[in-house]
Amino acid sequence: MSTTTTERPRPRASQVLRDIASGSPLRIFFSFVLAFAAGSLLIIFTNEAVLDSLGYFFARPTDFFGAAGQATADAYAAMFRGSIYNYRADSFESAIRPLTESLRFAGPLIAAGLGIALTFRVGLFNIGGTGQLLMGAIFAAWASFQLHLPYGLHLIVAILFGFVGAAFWAGIVGFLKARTGAHEVIVTIMLNYIAVSLVTYLMRTPVLHDMDSGNNPTTIPPDVTAQLPKILGENFNLHLGFILALIAVVVYWWLMERSTLGFRLRMVGLNPDAARTAGINVNVVFVLAMVLSGLFVGLAGVNQALGRSGSFSPSIDSGIGFDAITVALLGGSRAGGVLLAGLLFGAMKAAGPAMQLEDVAPEVLSVVQALIVLFIAAPPLVRAIFRFLPEPREPEQLTTQQKPELEKKELEA
Amino acid sequence: MKLELRDITKRFGSLVANDRISLVVEPGQIHALLGENGAGKSTLMNVLFGLYQADEGEILLDDKPVRFAGPGDAMAAGIGMVHQHFMLIPVFTVAENVMLGHEPARFGILDMDSARRRVREISDRFGFDIDPDALVEDLPVGAQQRVEIVKALSREAKVLVLDEPTAVLTPQETDELMVTMRQLADAGTSIVFITHKLREVKAVADVITVIRLGKVVGDAPPTDSTEHLASLMVGRTVDLTVAKGPAKPGELALVVKNLTLFDQSGRTLLDDVSFEIAEGEILAVAGVQGNGQTELTEAIIGLHHRVHGSIALYGEELSHASVRDVLDAGVGYVPEDRQEDGLVAEFTIAENLMLDRSVSGPFTSGLNVNVRYRDEFAAAAIREFDVRTQGPATLVGQLSGGNQQKVVLARELSRDLKLLVAAQPTRGVDVGSIEFIHERIVAVRDSGVPVLIISTELDEVLALADRIAVMYHGRIVAIVSPDTPRERLGQLMAGVAA
Repeated sequence: MSTTTTERPRPRASQVLRDIASGSPLRIFFSFVLAFAAGSLLIIFTNEAVLDSLGYFFARPTDFFGAAGQATADAYAAMFRGSIYNYRADSFESAIRPLTESLRFAGPLIAAGLGIALTFRVGLFNIGGTGQLLMGAIFAAWASFQLHLPYGLHLIVAILFGFVGAAFWAGIVGFLKARTGAHEVIVTIMLNYIAVSLVTYLMRTPVLHDMDSGNNPTTIPPDVTAQLPKILGENFNLHLGFILALIAVVVYWWLMERSTLGFRLRMVGLNPDAARTAGINVNVVFVLAMVLSGLFVGLAGVNQALGRSGSFSPSIDSGIGFDAITVALLGGSRAGGVLLAGLLFGAMKAAGPAMQLEDVAPEVLSVVQALIVLFIAAPPLVRAIFRFLPEPREPEQLTTQQKPELEKKELEA
Repeated sequence: MKLELRDITKRFGSLVANDRISLVVEPGQIHALLGENGAGKSTLMNVLFGLYQADEGEILLDDKPVRFAGPGDAMAAGIGMVHQHFMLIPVFTVAENVMLGHEPARFGILDMDSARRRVREISDRFGFDIDPDALVEDLPVGAQQRVEIVKALSREAKVLVLDEPTAVLTPQETDELMVTMRQLADAGTSIVFITHKLREVKAVADVITVIRLGKVVGDAPPTDSTEHLASLMVGRTVDLTVAKGPAKPGELALVVKNLTLFDQSGRTLLDDVSFEIAEGEILAVAGVQGNGQTELTEAIIGLHHRVHGSIALYGEELSHASVRDVLDAGVGYVPEDRQEDGLVAEFTIAENLMLDRSVSGPFTSGLNVNVRYRDEFAAAAIREFDVRTQGPATLVGQLSGGNQQKVVLARELSRDLKLLVAAQPTRGVDVGSIEFIHERIVAVRDSGVPVLIISTELDEVLALADRIAVMYHGRIVAIVSPDTPRERLGQLMAGVAA
């Protein structure tokens, strides 16, 4: 209220989330700079040549700096080769392969990222990507080998199964929140555990498992009719899942920016009290948001389950459920942002093996990824380091606009 | 202690909130700081209290310049502040609240006895009658304010700043506060009394400094005429009376019967409330804040599910209807706290104008928002309601309070209304907008719509009401005509029986 300005503005949780999610491009760029700078330190001090040169640092310090520069350059060059274009390859086809691999990895990250982003926009914090992705994956998988349908139809049915599985798992969260007020963070985390255990158990039973293929929990490989077809021919692994993820980006954009439902979702996210007063049933919106979120995450599960010809184990999630949170944050919860962030993380995943060949521990990449998130998620920290970055704008800033009005009043006097 | 502010300037971006303000508060004096909302009084006090750093100028205590990096420094130097919104922890006792922040301890263990003694000692000195072991949430508002004062005094405050202290008090409690202020001043405490209420200033202040638009526009003795003070304060002659003809009440529209509401702990929020409003009539509910008015409007709008009794609009029962159904029944609602309940600050003006109509109707086209209709509608509303802004795409959070309220009003009045419920329609709104909003509300009445106004500003109630209902402790204690004397209304608001 403008009647009193003595109260200092308290940052509400939703405001903090908003500050994070509204990442200005400039701030995100500097978050990257910081993360890669910290990453090079790690690369330098885990590199053997550099450590050797440290032994006689005071005798020949140039050796150290030379080795450090070499190590960093090699590592980031390998990253480029592994994720975008392998300029050392002998044919164009294999040179471009890393890029297609990056896209393949990006598909599920984008889809799941959209799902998490949607809940952010509604003011919910969906940590349950892992569980939802797993449920989507095994529903799709089950349909892919237990049902035997003709080409085309089988794939569609399996995809729909994946949607249903993930949306159901996410819907439980929305339902519990709406009905009992249970906090979605706790519920989603717990449902992650349940999903992992449930899936592992089912992968030892005939429901998902071929009982003749040993005791390790795995699924049965999908029927050929239910596999996502490869879109660049047999030499590339890139499959239809990536195209579906791109379609999901467009759908997400339309939903959030153009549709009336998205208008209500955003309204609830920004000010649930005003939404309630405007006649919106906030609880229904919570359930809806979780189900919609589950649909997007389900597409990631479908990508994982059907984008292969072999069986899979409970580790099929391979961290996507959590990476999706990062992708959503990085992308500012907007369609275009999530797309870019998903592509970036896909590239990072694809780059891992090539960097390992350059003696860079794969953990370094994870650290760089984590640091990017850390800096993105702590806007004040980045602003403290780069002091020229602008402060977030106060939504309740009345004073600047009040002035012309006051002046006018003075003129009337 | 003598407090002097010398040429204090505080800027926020391009806005100069305080422009070379100078002020001398002599020991034992009550110095009133008079000004409209947004004049810069609170900014000045936040500078004094170390919450803001002045861009220019200095603060002197007993002629020695001081610098406060934060409230801790200010308190240590002997400055105490009683905020308009109390900084008390409701579930703590009085003694616990008073000692919070400088807890007396012996061998690392809280020394509650000494805290209690301290509270008793101070409250005895001023005849406060405060039980150190009472829970703050059980105390009436006036007593809570005294706890705040005790808190400040327990830290040896020599200068006491009271920020709009009477906003939450009944007229009677206000009188008691004034007695207390005088006692404190006589005991040597300097008091800065921030307010925009002329009557109080004239009653208690020794010196008055009037602030307008961040500048000192003049000092005045309390003997100065009300008219002169008012014109100093607003910069022009004030006219709070609304030009309105006599009401022509028609058919009975809203009938509220035996409305009762309990909160989760079983406390009574609304106690057997009954009233009626006819077409073309304004019923204004007067009362001190927190006596059930908020709950009354929320119950009508459908935000409370466990109400007992009946709310009927043209015979349609609404007491258990959802908000959606109530809005669809033709109820327009201006919520008490527009930023909390009425607007989405991060949405544009255009988006805020369609908040309650995103499901169907002209703002939608299939599954999509009808962007063109929305923007045309917004442009028209901005023109009609004189919203000062760059355009429909401006974020509502960037508007001033008055303009925000016009957006709410534009939205609510644009539907076919069968009832208008407006709570605190002009709270935090500049004088120019107040007149405009009042005129629009009267126009709604004259078009034959029943209007329910809730206001804690007696002036507003008197200006708008055709009939006045007074609420106290969740009850409507009386429904009277608007020519009832102020004193009588004050008594009713304080729960004094007829």
